[in-house]
Amino acid sequence: MKQEYIITVFSEDHIGLLSRITIIFTRRKINIDSLTVSASAIPGIFKFTIVINETPDRVQKVVGQLEKVVDVMKAYYNTNEEMIYQEIALYKVSTEFLLESDQIEKIVRNSGARILEITREYVVIEKTGHSKETQQLFEELNPYGVSQFNRSGRVAITRSTIEKLSEFLKERDAMLEQVD
Amino acid sequence: MATQRISGSEAVIKSLLEEGVDTIFGYPGGAIMPIYDALYDYDQQVTHYLTRHEQGAIHAAEGYAKVTGKVGVCFATSGPGATNLITGLADAQIDSIPVVCITGQVASPLLGTDAFQESDVVGISMPVTKWNYQVTHAEEIPEAIAKAFHIALTGRPGPVLLDISKDAQFALFDFEYKKCTKIRSYLPEYPVDPFQVKAAADIINEAKKPIVLFGHGVIIAHAEDELKEFIEKTGIPAAWTLLGLSALSTDHPLNVGMLGMHGNYGPNIKTNEADVVISIGMRFDDRVTGKVAAYARQAKIVHLEIDPAEINKIIKADAPVLGNAKKSLRMLIDNVNPNLHKEWLNEFKACDKIEYEKVISNDIYPQKVGLTMGEVVRIASEKTNHDAVLVTDVGQQQMIASRYFQFTQSRSNVTSGGLGTMGYALPAAMGAKIGQPNRVVFAMAGDGGFQMTIQELGTIAQYNLDIKIIVLNNNFLGMVRQWQQLFFEKRYSFTEMKNPDFVGIAKAYGLASQKVTSRDQLENAVQEMLDHQGPYVLEVVVEKEDNVFPMVPTGASISDIILES
Repeated sequence: MKQEYIITVFSEDHIGLLSRITIIFTRRKINIDSLTVSASAIPGIFKFTIVINETPDRVQKVVGQLEKVVDVMKAYYNTNEEMIYQEIALYKVSTEFLLESDQIEKIVRNSGARILEITREYVVIEKTGHSKETQQLFEELNPYGVSQFNRSGRVAITRSTIEKLSEFLKERDAMLEQVD
Repeated sequence: MATQRISGSEAVIKSLLEEGVDTIFGYPGGAIMPIYDALYDYDQQVTHYLTRHEQGAIHAAEGYAKVTGKVGVCFATSGPGATNLITGLADAQIDSIPVVCITGQVASPLLGTDAFQESDVVGISMPVTKWNYQVTHAEEIPEAIAKAFHIALTGRPGPVLLDISKDAQFALFDFEYKKCTKIRSYLPEYPVDPFQVKAAADIINEAKKPIVLFGHGVIIAHAEDELKEFIEKTGIPAAWTLLGLSALSTDHPLNVGMLGMHGNYGPNIKTNEADVVISIGMRFDDRVTGKVAAYARQAKIVHLEIDPAEINKIIKADAPVLGNAKKSLRMLIDNVNPNLHKEWLNEFKACDKIEYEKVISNDIYPQKVGLTMGEVVRIASEKTNHDAVLVTDVGQQQMIASRYFQFTQSRSNVTSGGLGTMGYALPAAMGAKIGQPNRVVFAMAGDGGFQMTIQELGTIAQYNLDIKIIVLNNNFLGMVRQWQQLFFEKRYSFTEMKNPDFVGIAKAYGLASQKVTSRDQLENAVQEMLDHQGPYVLEVVVEKEDNVFPMVPTGASISDIILES
C-alpha cells in the first residue's frame, strides 16, 4: 500500500546533481511532493530531503537507484513516524481585515502562529508545523482574504541518537581500502 | 611528475595517453577543433578513425570495448555531433559498456545563449550515462579524464561523457596527471561477504536440480575460468543470457544453451523445474524471465551480482552474494561440494532432442528451396572453426546467430542486448576488428539494420577494415513481421522493404561483394569471402517469411515456450 516516505540523500555538492536525482523519480513517474536541499551536519556533504507517496517496494528500489549515482554517498528512506519533521508557511492578509475582525487574532493565537511584519496594507503571518497544520491555518485565514501563501519543503531529522551517515562513511572508507 | 604549460586540448590528448588510449573513434566539428588540432601532432601514439556519423563512432567504441575489455573512446563536436551519440550512450548504459565520450562545447560565456551548435549535452545525456561532467576550465581536464576512466571501467561499467568548452580547450595551464583510484562517494564493488557465500553454498550443496544462469557480468569480471571451474566441480548445467554468450565454450558438456524469448527449449522450461537457480552476473531481463509471476517460483534463488540495485529488483534472491563475480565465484568454489547431476543433465539432453527435431534441423539443414538464416550462420561458424568474433545487429538474424553460431573464446559475441539498437552491427564490428585485428570478424545484419548505418561502409573502405559483412536479406523487418504474423493477424503494417542493390552499393564504396540466392552457391560464397583479403559484403537472400522459434510469447511463462506456430 502507498504511504508517505521521507527519502534522505547525502551527496557531494555538484552542479547537476539535483537533475540526476529527480530524473530517477520522473522516469518511474513518481511525483515528488516536497523537496529540500541543504547542507548537512558534515562539512562538504549536502542533503536532499524528498517526500513521496509510494509503496514500500517502489521506495526501496528508488533508493537503490539513488545510491548508484556516482556523486551520491548514501540514501535512506523512513516513514513519517521514524522522523521529526517540519515545514514553514507564510501567509499575507490585509491589515484592514485584521483590524475589522477579532477572528484573525483568535486564529493566530490558537494556531501558535506568529506575526512577522505589519504595515498599513498587510500583515505577514508565519506558522511552522506539519503540512496538515499549515494547511488548516490557510483554510481558517482564507475567508478573510489571504493574498499570498507559500509553504516550504519538508525538513526532517531522524529520531536515532547517532548520525547514521557518519557511521556509514567510516564503513565505506574501510571498504574502499579493501577493494582495489 | 614535473608540470608542463600546455593547452587544454593538448592536455586532453596527453591525459588519454596516460590512460593507455591508442584508439579513438570520432567526428570533428567547430567546437572540438582545438582538440583535433592537438591530436594532429600525436598520430604516432594514437590512431583516430573518422567514422561517417557520430553514432558509428560510439558503436565502434562499444565494439572495441567489448572485445578488448578496455575503455572505448570517442570524440564528437557540440550540438548535433553530441546528440548523435545519445543512442550509443543509451546502448552502453543498459549493456554496461565502458565508453568515454569527449564532446566539444561552445565557449563558456556563450553557454545558455542558444549559440550556434549549442545543446545542453550534459542535461540530455544525464539519464544515459553513468557519470557526466562539463569542463569549463583547462585546469579541470586531467582530473576529469582520470575520473572518467575510473568510473567507466570499474564496478558495473558504463558510459561517461565529458563536455569541454572551447575556451577551456584553448586555455594554457600547468599540466600534471594523476590517475584516479578512489572517489569517496563511489564504491565500485562491495567486498564479498563470506557469510553470504556460505549461505549460497549451503543452498547449492543441498540442490537436486540446480541450474546456473550466467550473463555479461562473468565476461566483465574476467570470470570465465571461475565459471567453468564452478560448474565442473558441482556438475551444474549452465545456460546463458544473450550477453553472457561466449563466456563458456558452446561445446562444453555443461553448456545447455540460451535463455529467454528465443532461447533454447531446455534451459527455459527447466528453469521452472529447478530447485535452485544460481544466477551469475545477470539481471533477469524481461526477455529472459517472460512472465515474472510465473518465473522460477519453485526454486531457491542464489544471485551473484555486483550492483546492489539489481538484487531483488525483479526476482527476490534467497541468497544474494554481492560483489565482483570473479571474487564471489572463487570463494564459492571453495565452499561447494563436488557433485554430478547426471539424470538432471539428461533431462536437458531430452529437451535438446525435441528442439533439434522440431526446430534446429530445419533451420540449419533445411530441406526446402529457400535459404534460411540458420544455415548461413552454421556455415560461417564452421568455416572459421568456431573461432571468429561475431557482431550481430538486432532482430531475427540476431536471435538466429546467437542460437547457432558457436564460440570457443570469450569476448567473441558483440551485440546490442538491452537497448536492441538496430544499425549496431556494422559500426560495432569496426571497433571489434580494430580491437582484435588478428581474428576473423563477422558483421551480421538484416536488410533493415544494415541500412540504418550503411554509411559506415565508407569508414570500412577508408581504413580497409577486414570485416566479413553478411547481410541476411528477406526484404522485411523480419522480427516485427513475425510478431505481426503471430499476434496482429498478419497485418503487415509498414514492414516490407524495397531495397537497393547492396552489391552495387558495396562496389561503389570500393568493397568486394557478391549476392547469393540459392543453396548451391552459399558455401563457396562464404569461402570466397573468407579467402578475400579485406572487407567483403555478402548479401544472402533468405526466405521472406521465416520465423524464429522457439518463442516465449510476450506475457507468457517460460514454461509455455512454443516450438512452432
